[in-house]
Amino acid sequence: MTEFLQQILNGLALGAIYALIALGYTMVYGVLRFINFAHSDIFMLGAFSGFYLEKLFARYFASAFPPQSITAAIIIMLLSMAICAALGVAIEYLAYRPLRKRPRLTVLITAIGVSLFIEYTCQHPAVFGPSPQAFPKLLPEQTLNLGGVVMSSNQVVIFVVTGILLVLLTFIVQRTKVGMAMRAVSFNERAAALMGVNVDRIVSFTFALGSALAAAGGILFAIKYQKIEPLMGVQMGLKAFVAAVLGGIGNLPGACLGGLVLGLVESAVGGVARLSTYRDGVAFAFLIAVLLFRPDGLLGKATKEKV
Amino acid sequence: MKRFPPQWLLVAALVIAGIISAISGVFNRYYLGVSIDVAIAIVLAVSLNLINGHTGQFSLGHAGFMAVGGYTAAAMTIALQKSLTPVTQPIVFLLALIVGGLVSALAGLVVGVPSLRLKGDYLAIVTLGFGEIIRVVFQNMESVGAASGLKGIPNYTNFFWSWACAAVTVYAVACLVNSTYGRGFIAVHDDEVAAGAMGINTTRYKVTAFVIGAFFAGIAGGLFAHHKVFLSPTGFDFTKSIEIVVMVILGGMGRTMGVILAAIVLTILPEVLRPIASYRMIIYSLLIIGLMLLRPQGLFTWNKSSKRA
Repeated sequence: MTEFLQQILNGLALGAIYALIALGYTMVYGVLRFINFAHSDIFMLGAFSGFYLEKLFARYFASAFPPQSITAAIIIMLLSMAICAALGVAIEYLAYRPLRKRPRLTVLITAIGVSLFIEYTCQHPAVFGPSPQAFPKLLPEQTLNLGGVVMSSNQVVIFVVTGILLVLLTFIVQRTKVGMAMRAVSFNERAAALMGVNVDRIVSFTFALGSALAAAGGILFAIKYQKIEPLMGVQMGLKAFVAAVLGGIGNLPGACLGGLVLGLVESAVGGVARLSTYRDGVAFAFLIAVLLFRPDGLLGKATKEKV
Repeated sequence: MKRFPPQWLLVAALVIAGIISAISGVFNRYYLGVSIDVAIAIVLAVSLNLINGHTGQFSLGHAGFMAVGGYTAAAMTIALQKSLTPVTQPIVFLLALIVGGLVSALAGLVVGVPSLRLKGDYLAIVTLGFGEIIRVVFQNMESVGAASGLKGIPNYTNFFWSWACAAVTVYAVACLVNSTYGRGFIAVHDDEVAAGAMGINTTRYKVTAFVIGAFFAGIAGGLFAHHKVFLSPTGFDFTKSIEIVVMVILGGMGRTMGVILAAIVLTILPEVLRPIASYRMIIYSLLIIGLMLLRPQGLFTWNKSSKRA
């Protein structure tokens, strides 16, 4: 029983990170209807921003923000999120915006090109280099024992940060004017534009929001696994996208649900000794099984095609 | 194509491949290796073009089928290579390629029947998923070396085999698409609903395209295995599928000549950029972005750009 609870806990922690990345995929899909392959690299850049900011802080601001203090960790996370938000907006402005009126396939391939560009540039020795680097501890680590179930302080951090960000996101999307505009553009871009919504600005905002969440996910991932490398986003990004599709793409609660379900499924499979090496394939098998019975995802609405 | 019967072009291509292969000793081994890479890329790109270009079903799992064919053919020749004589070797190799293609086609059928109920992005992501599942399965199969890869594959792929397969693939796909039956693929691409209303069994056409595409991908996998003499599951990941998709798109989706040219250019390009090795993939990715911004209709299309909206 404790082992079962332990797996659930681990699965939820992994799922929370999937959810943060999946939200970015699903939001961009909602407004622009294409898969932003470069999103997985924003996730990676978020982790690397955290890595270099920590070095910077430890060197120049060690007296004001002592290493492993909560303030330093929060500031590092917020700055990384800001950096990635700016990068996300820049990518959209330079690569995707000129293609807005073109077929979606063109944009999709451009996104793949952007993704490859970021990955190979970051692997260049003059940038980050191809080999993995150890991520510093942003916070002191402890383990809590809850009646046999071991919970690390890192998992607490993951749950707390994800929870706060999800509440914030829900507030922005549901209660603010810009959130309403986002929903309007996602529902019908033309009609929204006719109602006076500045579509370009909303698209930029969507990219900023999604990229900031991915950056947070990147830092949480780095805290959990303590190792970062330029290709760390590839598998995570694919699985987070699977999570977004699982929940019904374009649907924000669906992305969270998909992320958590995927985390739980992977963790459950990882716990079974004979199946653990198939872990990477299980996410996709599960996705295919779900799509065959509910082609619009768990929470997606069935869309009827009009002829 | 109208003036010459295409059969003659095929025969001519096979003869030329045979002649070049017979005198291949005089060529630089490196150039020969690259030319075999090019031929394999043509098989892959043209077969994916049948699915993505002509039939309009966006598949992102082509590398998975390549892996199925490659591993099957390699397992066959490794098991038999001790008992082969110079006479039986080409026959067994050809058989291994075909068996690899057939097993791959079977995989295509298994994957295609359920996933082709989905459309567009969902289809893309499901085929991507199947490709990854195939890779993970090979990564766990101890009998083919699991994660450390399959070693000791005999080096049977030469200039003739690779270019003969490329010629046959191009011939088969071009004839299929230009046949009466093949109009169905294009109808499904242009408007699935209208095609269905005209009495075309769209699902059947989609699955057929998928199975045929998978068959040739399997052949390409067999050629690849016996060219590189080593197979690793990581070589067949998502990036490999993307590489083939990029060839099809830069070639202009559904234009066989364009796709062949794109396969040639995109295979030679990284080799040309080898002197500046640390920058070559950066340049490659920038080229993809630049071409999509400037020439989205494909690299080699001039007059037909308005043919298909």
